Amino acid sequence: MSGAAIGVGTARTSVKRARRTQVFLIHTLLIAGGIIVMIPLAWMLSTSLKPPHQITKFPPIWIPDPFVWSNYVRAVTIFPVSFLVFVRNSMYMSLMITLGTVLSNAIVAFAFARLSFRGSRVLFFIVLSTMMLPQQVTMIPLFILFSRIGWINSYNPLIVPHFFANAYFVFLLRQFYTTIPRELDDAARIDGCGVIGLFLRILLPLSKPALGITAIFAFTWSWNEFLGPLIYLSRMETYPLAIALSFLRAAHGVLWSELMVVSFIAMLPPVLLFFVAQKHYIQGIVITGVKG
Amino acid sequence: MWSRRTLRQREELIAYLLVSPWVIGFLAFILGPMLTSLGLSFTETDLFTLEFIGFENYTKLLSFDATRTLFWTTLYNTAYYVFLSIPLTISVGFFIAILLNQNISAQPTYRVVYYLPAVIPGIAASLLWLWLFQPEFGLINWALSLFGIEGPRWLFDRKTAKMALVIMSVWGAGSNMLIFLAGLQGIPTELYEAATIDGAGIWRRFRNITIPMISPTLFFVVVTQIIWSSQVFTNVYVMTEGKGGPANATMMMVLYLYRVAFREYRMGYASAYAWIFFLILLVFTLILFRSSKAWVYYETEIGGQRS
Repeated sequence: MSGAAIGVGTARTSVKRARRTQVFLIHTLLIAGGIIVMIPLAWMLSTSLKPPHQITKFPPIWIPDPFVWSNYVRAVTIFPVSFLVFVRNSMYMSLMITLGTVLSNAIVAFAFARLSFRGSRVLFFIVLSTMMLPQQVTMIPLFILFSRIGWINSYNPLIVPHFFANAYFVFLLRQFYTTIPRELDDAARIDGCGVIGLFLRILLPLSKPALGITAIFAFTWSWNEFLGPLIYLSRMETYPLAIALSFLRAAHGVLWSELMVVSFIAMLPPVLLFFVAQKHYIQGIVITGVKG
Repeated sequence: MWSRRTLRQREELIAYLLVSPWVIGFLAFILGPMLTSLGLSFTETDLFTLEFIGFENYTKLLSFDATRTLFWTTLYNTAYYVFLSIPLTISVGFFIAILLNQNISAQPTYRVVYYLPAVIPGIAASLLWLWLFQPEFGLINWALSLFGIEGPRWLFDRKTAKMALVIMSVWGAGSNMLIFLAGLQGIPTELYEAATIDGAGIWRRFRNITIPMISPTLFFVVVTQIIWSSQVFTNVYVMTEGKGGPANATMMMVLYLYRVAFREYRMGYASAYAWIFFLILLVFTLILFRSSKAWVYYETEIGGQRS
């Protein structure tokens, strides 16, 4: 319903003067706010390219003179381990989590959306209530469990739980599946499709947008994840980018150019993904009413 | 051929099979650990030894002796952060959503700009804001100096450190904006048209249509925000080097929990703490759900009395 309204900006043919002033005022406010939002990011870029003596100038210099591109090289070579290792670790973790999230939730949500079984309502209620659960209450026993089975300093504790579905995505995908007309199910049944065939041949192909949303959210969240890797990974070769950045902060807290360089690099994948897929983001938020 | 009954049974079996990943995950990664952590909360344990000590963790935690527990400090700090940042992020997000909903051009561009901070990794945002709040060369104190104000020492002053975190949270108000915008766009325009014909001015339309129609969205945002922002961790960890300083002024609940559990390995004490944290959130959520009957308007209500 509200999904259809997104992005539909109907232009009015007769624009009154009052309306024009109003629109002008709104744009002024929105642009001013937008500048406030973007200034920190501009400052990040500016700092990342400054020569050392310009960083601590007060009042600040906005345009670095000259542009010190070598900051980027120095920042990524400051670590005892190759920077590419962190990128690879982050990629591996995020892609595996994305894979597990899409696979498991697509299946579980299908059962909740389309199949009738005893206890489905109770189960779905439990699914929804776990959304409210802070992860801290399960964090300690899970750490003990994973350390007992030797998973410390591996990505298993961070990846494996995502292969067992998650309340938020079950909800998102179930909401989407229910928008697919049931008549399709009946038609497929008459043609001799079983439950699995119905899922694989009808619902799955029709839910590509929702699966895409799931993948985008899962990737972004796991890329940005901090507490989990902080607990489970202590050897530098295993660090994802987020923890490598935190290490840099602890080791070289005042190297602002370098800190801004790596922050900028770390935010590129989720930000680019957001630019490319922003329509999906918004659709995902409309489906669930939950933020990203 | 399957008879009707066995076909049903077969399908039910398949259904159970399909939901089993979630059920297994729930038992192994949620319910099991929750009960274990409840059990651990009555013990003193690191990773290797375990001793049953009854309610001692709880009595120690909740005692008012500040040399023994930081519980009350962390509760105060977290509450301070949550109850300042939520009204701010919600009202800013709502205000922007209202502006964006006025049929203006370039709406998608604005949406992208305002939502951008929400997709930036917490660690990158934290480093950036640490730099912005830098007392001597930071951009924020420079901006204040333009108005002749001498900026405070922000994260280095116990009086302003929490406020710095709140200010940073407002930067991310765009995520609320997007939810509110979706909610606003779901309000049928006929309602406004009818009200305009009846002579309702802009304020009355806002009060009597927008507010009730957006209240379910608002309710949802408040609940998720309380749960979400009370778990504030990444930015305090990064900005205070995991110390929650100065003088514990930014020692938040989850940061303290992290320190007790994973720096000091006092797993029993930390479990008790985690459970108290969970119960506090649960109580807040339940109070909100209870109160929602009084202020959240659902369209299915017949003859909604709020007007």
